[in-house]
Amino acid sequence: MELLCPAGSLPALKAALKHGADAVYVGLKNQTNARHFAGLNFAEGTLQQAVAETHGHGKKIHVAINTFAHPEQWTHWAQAVDDSIRCGVDVLIVADISILHYIRSTYPEQEVHLSVQASATNQAAIAYYQQHFGVQRVVLPRVLAMNQVRALARSTTVDLEVFAFGSLCIMAEGRCYLSSYMTGESPNTAGACSPAAYVRWEDEGDYLESRLNGVVIDRFAPNETAGYPTLCKGRFDVDGQRYHPLEEPTSLNTLDLLPELYREGITSLKIEGRQRSPAYVANITRVWRAAIDHVLTSPERFQVQAEWNAVLASLSEGSQTTIGAYHRSWK
Amino acid sequence: MQYSLGPVLYFWPKATMQAFYRQAIEQPLDVVYLGETVCSKRRELKLADYMSIAHELREAGKQVCLSTMTLLEAPSELRELKRYCENGEFLLEANDMSAVQMLHEAGLPFVGGAAINCYNQHTLSLLIDQGMIRWLMPVELSGDWLASILRQPEIQQRRHLFATEVFAFGHLPLAWSARCFTARSENRHKDQCELCCIRYPKGRTVTSQDGRDVFVLNGIQTQSGERYNLVNQLPGMHSQVDMVRLSPEIDDTWVWLERFRANEQGEAPVALANNECNGYWLKLAGMMQQ
Repeated sequence: MELLCPAGSLPALKAALKHGADAVYVGLKNQTNARHFAGLNFAEGTLQQAVAETHGHGKKIHVAINTFAHPEQWTHWAQAVDDSIRCGVDVLIVADISILHYIRSTYPEQEVHLSVQASATNQAAIAYYQQHFGVQRVVLPRVLAMNQVRALARSTTVDLEVFAFGSLCIMAEGRCYLSSYMTGESPNTAGACSPAAYVRWEDEGDYLESRLNGVVIDRFAPNETAGYPTLCKGRFDVDGQRYHPLEEPTSLNTLDLLPELYREGITSLKIEGRQRSPAYVANITRVWRAAIDHVLTSPERFQVQAEWNAVLASLSEGSQTTIGAYHRSWK
Repeated sequence: MQYSLGPVLYFWPKATMQAFYRQAIEQPLDVVYLGETVCSKRRELKLADYMSIAHELREAGKQVCLSTMTLLEAPSELRELKRYCENGEFLLEANDMSAVQMLHEAGLPFVGGAAINCYNQHTLSLLIDQGMIRWLMPVELSGDWLASILRQPEIQQRRHLFATEVFAFGHLPLAWSARCFTARSENRHKDQCELCCIRYPKGRTVTSQDGRDVFVLNGIQTQSGERYNLVNQLPGMHSQVDMVRLSPEIDDTWVWLERFRANEQGEAPVALANNECNGYWLKLAGMMQQ
């Protein structure tokens, strides 16, 4: 079972490798990946360094080219594929079927994983990508329950990767247009969700208000921790009731499920967070390395250690974590 | 221009559905989409009920297309999808790649729905080559985006093989989740939802703390808070768009169909209400109105 860690920069990549990642995933410095944030990601020169660094540790590097190509700039996405392969990366993570097709016809030997942004949530959808484009691994969306993950693991020959920790996307990824509805930019078209350029904070005296492109996402009393205004984690009104109608600010944490994920033969555990700091990546990687090593040596005796949860909670949105859709009670 | 009626996105009681489609028979519609696309627990109408409505619509001269689920997670949902695909009579709308896979394997033509991620000419070409004969582009794309796809040589060569359709009226389906937000709004777990969404024929409106309609909760689906309305853009669509889709609303769907038809050449523009939007088509944030 592989530990796959995020790297938005060379220092984060080094931190992940140093603390026990089996593989790292990165994006290029352009709109071809779903974490297209200012100051993040790799230009071609740094990608070469990243590849050298990763291979020097005997580990693997994956490149996410997982937004959907624009009609007039389609060649930019093909170029991202060409550049990544020239730099010697091990795996491409792709969502757009035209890019999958391009890779299959141009680089038939290249290992390709289906991005979570392709939203393959069932056996027939997985079969589509496997048969037409030869994907070797599928990254499962965060909408599946553990019993559904288990059913998929038992019905498909493709390797499965699941999100183990990090931001909790509560919508089927790759099919959520809430961000473009509010700002014009979505993960699919711009590699961004609730982009920072549209965020405004107003101190109204009694409360601190967060807005996204003018829409009030939340108001925080002085004793509350103000979180980033991700639009699905806002506090709104429904028939006079004020609450978080979609989701509270919280992070996904699947430590409790680790033995079960291991038993079902899940190939890879993905840690979300290419936008995070090297220190964050170091801490998360250390905890998950220890947890996975525990499972690998004695799966029957695995117990989540309080210290791991303490570290993870301190690194979580609103200091809260949830098992999310993996457990039916969340739904 | 052809006019289609999208599938009912909300959960309406059986009698309401049957009355709605009895009215649809009398309306100047070219295509009617039928079927549950949001939640497999909604079973007021079963496939057999939809088939009988489909027969009546077909006898009245409408083309019927069976629309399928968007977020499929359970093997039982795939089995139900297969039953739709094997109906033997009517065209299918695929809203997930699982349906594309089944229909392509069966050698059947299909409509590609808005939740199929088709953003460029090469993806569109692949889907056409796999059997797609009509394409409803993703709701977040603009008229310019559509035009730039259609002018690519790959598409020019295939333009006779498919029709273009645009979601032009109704609350936009924007996201699908594992979680049921309507159940959550009533403090229920999804497993004990008691199909409470049947009480909300327009969904439940989510408003911001300063009173702006932000979203509509419709079971596991999140919709736009404002109603999308391209009635005034219709006159400029003719060179790119073959069909516009009106998504059923509990009130006034037929009134709007009439207004759309009346404004086909720009003869009867309509002043949009405050809670309507048209931003996506105009390359703005979706919620904007211009």
